Amino acid sequence: MTAFLLKRVLQSLVLLVIVSIIGFAVLNLIPGGPMAQYALDPGMTQDDMDRLAEQLGLNRPIWVQYFDWAWRMLQGDWGTSFRDGNPVTTVIGRHVFATFLLMGSSTVIAVAIGTWIGIRGATHRYSIFDYAATIGAMVALSIPTFWFGLIGIYVFSLKLGWLPAGSMYTIGDGSVLNYLHHLIMPSTVLALVHIAIWSRFMRASTLDAISQEFVKTARAKGLSERRVIMKHVVGNALLPMITLAGVQLPSILTGALVTETVFTWPGMGRLFLDSLGYSDYPVVMGLLMFSAILTILGNLIADIVVALVDPRIRLA
Amino acid sequence: MTAKTDRKAEPDVALSVRGLTISLPKGMERVHAAEGVSFDLRRGQILCVIGESGSGKSVTANTIMGLLPKAIRITAGSIRLEGREIVGMGPEALRGLRGRVVSMIFQDPLSALNPLMTVGAQIDEAMLAHGVGTPTSRRERAIELLTEVGLPDPELMYHQYPFRLSGGQRQRVMIAMALALEPSILIADEPTTALDVTTQAQILKLIRDIQARKGMSVMFITHDFGVVAEIADSVVVMEKGRVVEQGSAAKVLRTPDHPYTRRLIAAVPHLTGVDRAPVPVADTEPVIRVRNLVKTYRSGSAFLRTERIVPAVQDVSFEVAPGRTLGVVGESGSGKSSLGRLLIKLIEADSGQILFDGQDIAPLPEAGFRSLRQKIQMIFQDPFASLNPRMTIGRILTVGPVAHGMSHDRARQEARTLLDQCGMDPGALDRYPHEFSGGQRQRIGIARALMFKPRLLIADEAVSALDVSIQAQILQLLDRIQRDTGVSMIFITHDLRVASQICDQIAVMQKGRIVEQGPPSQIFLDPRSAYTRELVAAIPGESPRGPHPVAAAN
Repeated sequence: MTAFLLKRVLQSLVLLVIVSIIGFAVLNLIPGGPMAQYALDPGMTQDDMDRLAEQLGLNRPIWVQYFDWAWRMLQGDWGTSFRDGNPVTTVIGRHVFATFLLMGSSTVIAVAIGTWIGIRGATHRYSIFDYAATIGAMVALSIPTFWFGLIGIYVFSLKLGWLPAGSMYTIGDGSVLNYLHHLIMPSTVLALVHIAIWSRFMRASTLDAISQEFVKTARAKGLSERRVIMKHVVGNALLPMITLAGVQLPSILTGALVTETVFTWPGMGRLFLDSLGYSDYPVVMGLLMFSAILTILGNLIADIVVALVDPRIRLA
Repeated sequence: MTAKTDRKAEPDVALSVRGLTISLPKGMERVHAAEGVSFDLRRGQILCVIGESGSGKSVTANTIMGLLPKAIRITAGSIRLEGREIVGMGPEALRGLRGRVVSMIFQDPLSALNPLMTVGAQIDEAMLAHGVGTPTSRRERAIELLTEVGLPDPELMYHQYPFRLSGGQRQRVMIAMALALEPSILIADEPTTALDVTTQAQILKLIRDIQARKGMSVMFITHDFGVVAEIADSVVVMEKGRVVEQGSAAKVLRTPDHPYTRRLIAAVPHLTGVDRAPVPVADTEPVIRVRNLVKTYRSGSAFLRTERIVPAVQDVSFEVAPGRTLGVVGESGSGKSSLGRLLIKLIEADSGQILFDGQDIAPLPEAGFRSLRQKIQMIFQDPFASLNPRMTIGRILTVGPVAHGMSHDRARQEARTLLDQCGMDPGALDRYPHEFSGGQRQRIGIARALMFKPRLLIADEAVSALDVSIQAQILQLLDRIQRDTGVSMIFITHDLRVASQICDQIAVMQKGRIVEQGPPSQIFLDPRSAYTRELVAAIPGESPRGPHPVAAAN
């Protein structure tokens, strides 16, 4: 186990370096750059521009900029935003909570409902429920999220007036209830897609488990069908799902671009979009590294959890 | 005679099946999985139900357990279990009988236990399901059962996960689980088919002992007449969903009535004390000469002290002359398959020589070996997995030779000839693998191997997945091909009986070493090593004690 962890951490470090190089290079391929927005500003002289470039370190060759950035990164300095001069970590920190609230809640809903639909679809294969779930998942996956978002806003905010159309809270009212009230719609819309994905995988995984010989053994022992499913099928069906959950983990913190935009949710997805628009390299790079680290962590955690749950790996 | 009077007359019947007809869903190859099946399992007896794949024997067993998939339904007949009619019984009532009145063990012990639960928990569950005992009493009972089925260190075994156990041990756990509530009937569905021959002998003995001790009634499903001869009191022979013959074991084995039974019994391979008539060949210089071959598998890391070393092949030497067959026989883990892979260089040897036509191929790099690869061809075990389902037979046969420079027309012509030689209609060329049966696919696999006019054929368990009657035909085919072409063969198998049919020489492998080598007559009649003696003695239906029922029928 220790050897496995050590190996994985080393691999992860190499991966992070590669991601950072590619990210930095691609970012600098984009025409314009951070200075472009001032080019048409009549108040900026060429001298001002040069001074600004000097200040931000943009006049140096790209590879010098990269090594400078990487060296600071290693020391824990993620740089400062070009846009407002705040440290990148502070900027990310301000948005992470909003995303976590939205993604966390929708993921919990999606996993709970998706797992249930998946198991039921598999145990009642080709039933009306199964067909309905299959068609529902197809619909949820083929219609873009923003459409669900806009329909939701039209029906529940505009026509019925039950739910707010956007934002995380009403300014001046920071109560938990107020947060929850704002959370319902974006969270549900986002969960729709995740339920669709999760239930499909869960159904396939359950069908795999159900056809295993040991399920027949369990039935031959005279176990109730409920116990056969809960104890023998679900446990084995969830094993591969842990890996899937690990892959999904980073998205909980890196956000959902479309949904956050539709519901003007101040999360990481919108931060990324805005930062790209302003060519705010340090923040974009920070976000890139943040999601890379989370992706690696997510996979690592999934592998560890699988190893802990599965005696064949734990005791091998 | 109606079923009712029948039972009054015979109170010692534990299980009575009458006119059982089970229909398959529409679109299957048959309308009925079983049709008009009737038999009685007498109390305290072992009844063997024998038949080839698709005979309906397993479906019948699953029906008695109430474990049929929804799509398959009973359309007629009656099953009386200890006097209770179970056809038409509700699922909850059926569940109450399972594990308590009738238990079942399965073919593949490796997949029949839940990998995530300890052995103890799975035995405990069998009792818990019927609300029997307290946690403490169930635990005591479980340990008692583990002791009873002869598992070492039952206390430790109780906390063990299945993956730590060997196949034989897992089958013992299955038996312990089935016995938990002292059912009066045990249904065993090919419980020894997936096991090594020595393990098979132990499990058969265990089932027989337990049956005798507890006076249980056992319905034993098998495809192997050797096993029948070993344990059966009475026999039911099934073919395509119908019972074609039944009676006492002695009668069915010695004087079978039905032609199908006779055919089946005749097809069972036997140990022959007589060596095979050698194929006449001009050249006697060995095709392949193997010297001190060694292969060790390593995993983990020596640095972190997690290294695992498995010596798969140790110091193996042999040679094969033109037109001769060497049988490599051994149990799982003996290294016989690793040896086969070494010879066609699917894996690299650590040391030793493989002299093929005088040239040492062991150190050759892939590029250097490529031209020789055509001369050493392999026939695989699984005729279903070894043919690409998306290619026509014609393409499967010609793609290799064409890649090596044969013209397309010539290759097709060759393929046609070879299919004919392998007993297939040349029209098969334009068809796809799924249109053929297992035996036919194995013929195609042999034709494919022969396309390159090889000097050496390596057959790795080439007939193990086939029914006995098909097995016999494939063995005949291989024999004929060898006589026609003078090709040499290395025949890798776990089945000594099969090896004795086709081999001129037999090498017995154990733990990576060849422990004994010689002609079949010596290996079977006068084995020199203790291990070979053990192997020969374990072959079901061939034990020297008592009259030889199967041999007598032959």
